[in-house]
Amino acid sequence: MSYVRPSFRHPQLPANELGLTRRDYEGSLSTLCSGCGHDSISGAIIQACFELSIPPHKVAKLSGIGCSSKTPTYFLGKAHGFNSVHGRMPSVATGANLANRDLIYLGMSGDGDSASIGLGQFGHVVRRNLNMIYIVANNGCYGLTKGQDSATADVGSVSKAGKVNPFEPIDLCTLALHQGATFVARSFSGDKDQLVPLLKAAIAHKGFAFIDVISPCVTFNNTPQSTKGYEFVRDHIEATGKIDFVPMKSEITAKYEPDFTHEVTLHDGSVIHLYKGDKELDVLDRRSALTAIENHKEAGRFLTGLLYMEPENNDLHDTLGTTRKPLRDLNEAELCPNNHALQVINDSLR
Amino acid sequence: MKPTDITNPEYFHKVVDCQYACPAHTPVPEYIRQIAAGRYSDAYMINWESNVFPGVLGRTCDRPCEPACRRGRVEEQPVAICRLKRVAADYKDDVRTRMPKPAEANGRKIALVGAGPASLTVARDLAVLGYTCHVFDGQSKGGGFMRSQIPSFRLPETVLDEEIGYITDLGVVTHYDTWVDSMKGLLERDYDAVFVGSGAPRGRDLPGLPGRTEASDNIHIGIDWLASVAFEHTTEIGRRVLVLGGGNTAMDCCRTARRLGGDDVRVVVRSPRAEMKASPWEIEDAVAEDIPIYDNHVPKEFVVENGRLAGMLFEKVEAVYDEKGKRSLVPTGEDPVFFPCDDVLIAIGQHNAFPWIERDIGIEFDEWDMPVLSRKTFQSTNPKVFFGGDAAFGPENIITAVAHGHQAAVSIDLFLRGEDVERRPAPGFSLVSQKMGVHEWSYDSAVTIDARRVVPHADKDRALRDRKLEVELGFDPATAYEEAERCLNCDVQTVFTDKLCIECDACVDICPMDCINFIDNGDEPELRQKLRVPAHNQEQDLYVSGPLKTGRVMVKDEDVCLHCGLCAERCPTSAWDMQKFLYTVTKAGSVCAG
Repeated sequence: MSYVRPSFRHPQLPANELGLTRRDYEGSLSTLCSGCGHDSISGAIIQACFELSIPPHKVAKLSGIGCSSKTPTYFLGKAHGFNSVHGRMPSVATGANLANRDLIYLGMSGDGDSASIGLGQFGHVVRRNLNMIYIVANNGCYGLTKGQDSATADVGSVSKAGKVNPFEPIDLCTLALHQGATFVARSFSGDKDQLVPLLKAAIAHKGFAFIDVISPCVTFNNTPQSTKGYEFVRDHIEATGKIDFVPMKSEITAKYEPDFTHEVTLHDGSVIHLYKGDKELDVLDRRSALTAIENHKEAGRFLTGLLYMEPENNDLHDTLGTTRKPLRDLNEAELCPNNHALQVINDSLR
Repeated sequence: MKPTDITNPEYFHKVVDCQYACPAHTPVPEYIRQIAAGRYSDAYMINWESNVFPGVLGRTCDRPCEPACRRGRVEEQPVAICRLKRVAADYKDDVRTRMPKPAEANGRKIALVGAGPASLTVARDLAVLGYTCHVFDGQSKGGGFMRSQIPSFRLPETVLDEEIGYITDLGVVTHYDTWVDSMKGLLERDYDAVFVGSGAPRGRDLPGLPGRTEASDNIHIGIDWLASVAFEHTTEIGRRVLVLGGGNTAMDCCRTARRLGGDDVRVVVRSPRAEMKASPWEIEDAVAEDIPIYDNHVPKEFVVENGRLAGMLFEKVEAVYDEKGKRSLVPTGEDPVFFPCDDVLIAIGQHNAFPWIERDIGIEFDEWDMPVLSRKTFQSTNPKVFFGGDAAFGPENIITAVAHGHQAAVSIDLFLRGEDVERRPAPGFSLVSQKMGVHEWSYDSAVTIDARRVVPHADKDRALRDRKLEVELGFDPATAYEEAERCLNCDVQTVFTDKLCIECDACVDICPMDCINFIDNGDEPELRQKLRVPAHNQEQDLYVSGPLKTGRVMVKDEDVCLHCGLCAERCPTSAWDMQKFLYTVTKAGSVCAG
């Protein structure tokens, strides 16, 4: 088995604004199973960061435990990373973000890591609106421990073990919407045309951006009766509409199709265009998103694409009124205000 | 685009760039793998089968394979294919037991004119089928221009003798020192077919130049002079020598002159240096032996003093190109340049001459006095007479002569079996999976960036003192292994089965060269533009699948694929497989199917 990728590159590989090629955003060679959906998600992250010309060292990748949580090794090899305890990625992300708000925080989690052991942490990081991108690579099974049904497996889904799952699934998008997430989307690892612009929008979004990515487990959960296999997902997928992400920096020229149904301006001035959108869904209305998800679920379909967003919001730093500077940049004078400052505080409490 | 038809052997043949570029289509990666495995005799026999003279070609080939080599498209230098071929010849065991045995005579007799590479190839291919082959040559030994024009310091005589021996051992009858002066006479004898492989024996001269006649004692035609040196009739030359011409013969002349006493040897060329016909490595070797090259100098006059050659006058020119790229050499108007010299060697090209072929025996000649031939069958307008090598379409090189020989042999065999020579048996090919386990391949699939190894040379002072001392020393086995490992195994093909694909994108993500795409179909220019990295190299094909489940197609740009096998390793359904493609040129004795 090959454990290194040849270091050759296509001689005409395009470069982005930083002069970097897509290859500069890669990580080590994946050790996941061949055909794992998670590798496609890594590929989409590489593509999105390349297209946005993000300096790799401006990204912190955070993960818990599981196949999904191994993936940060396989993209953005030059970014920061922290592979934390099972289900505890949100705590580490919160700490890191509070210490330095200048980085892009990319949390990589799975259905086990977020919907089972980490469900408590997940709920809290959502309600605090931590400024991060939180991706769940959702395959409906515990691939790392031989494919037991996970908490997101649909009722009636049959994995490779052959047993029908009897339990109600946890829908992480619904949960995130209920907990006040300010950006919620669902996608499919096999649809990069949708996933890449969603990732770009999530990166540009200020506040908690959640993307649930259905990512088939080729080894344990890609049976014809599994609702998270390639075939079933392809047959039952429906998109909220085609999405286009126009970065703040690029001139808005007539290149973009004019017939978009929604236009959302993000905090940083970037714009999202939605085409041929679902008429019943208003992506700026939380209740509408919840209804659309439920309607599709009833019809036995997956609704993918951008589900909800709230461009103007208060993230955790706004709410806590923390310092704008990364903690490591605070000097002694800023960290230890003089006696006079202390007296002012004391006086205010008398 | 329509799905690629991979059952047509020409598709994958084109992907094996080196083999495709080789006139004889030698399966290069196949023998390079044998060299890497230390199986030199096997490597030699693969070569021998295809190009007849591995030891000779491993030293002297024009290497059309190397500019085509895929490694040259992804790295600076191609694999040193030619010098690896020499390794197979240098380190093989005694291969005589592996050689075919002379076949029982089938009663047919063939006359071959000239004992050069084309005739010898025909003889080898036909002798094993039972044909009795009579080879005629005016020289005292076989080999044609391989012997007379290629100096011993590039090609030792022992190598040539050995490889000609393998052919004569097949029962080929040789008539050396026998000059054929009448085709009519030959046809009147009991030969069933005649093959003409008499080369392009006449060197071009500068007859109209002032002083040519007066100084003729010290003016020599390059190829004749080289032959005279090879057969040891000439053993010395003046101290100051001018060599006219910019081809490989000029390079051989100047380097030979250095060894025969010339210590001020200069090459003078009409054209700019960049347009010289000589192979770059031949020019390099000449320059390394302190031979300066003066370009843009057109010969004007042989200067004669006291009835003896004193030097030459040249006019300085510059190359001017019109809008169609056509070159003309325009005088700069500077004063003529004088180079003093004792001898001049003229190596400005050679041409064909067939004074011995009567024009009333059914062999038609065209306006350039060349025989009218079919490019496919090499048959002349007299069905019994076939041509090949330089005698067929003008001066080329050894490997082209060998390729001609193979095809002419096929024609002669078909002709004498009473079959239609135009109806050629199809080339053979096989396509076999190289999968050895879940993630194992039977070839060394790992690819690393690696610079071309340099062939060591003999000490210059010693080499210049000994005309027969081979300059290139060849790779030692360790270096040969390293160089062999640079081969990308382009014959191990990425074969895609659309029915098995689940469009998981794993291959797209893993491909280090961004060759693989899953996109909506379109016409070729549109697809070329839409790829992850647009496919601008039009000489390389796109591999297009049938429609997949989502309606898209897989499009692979063959241009810079490293054949690393990662796509197939990453494919969960084995929709990609690495399969070894072996293409074998039609050989004499093959039969048409059906």
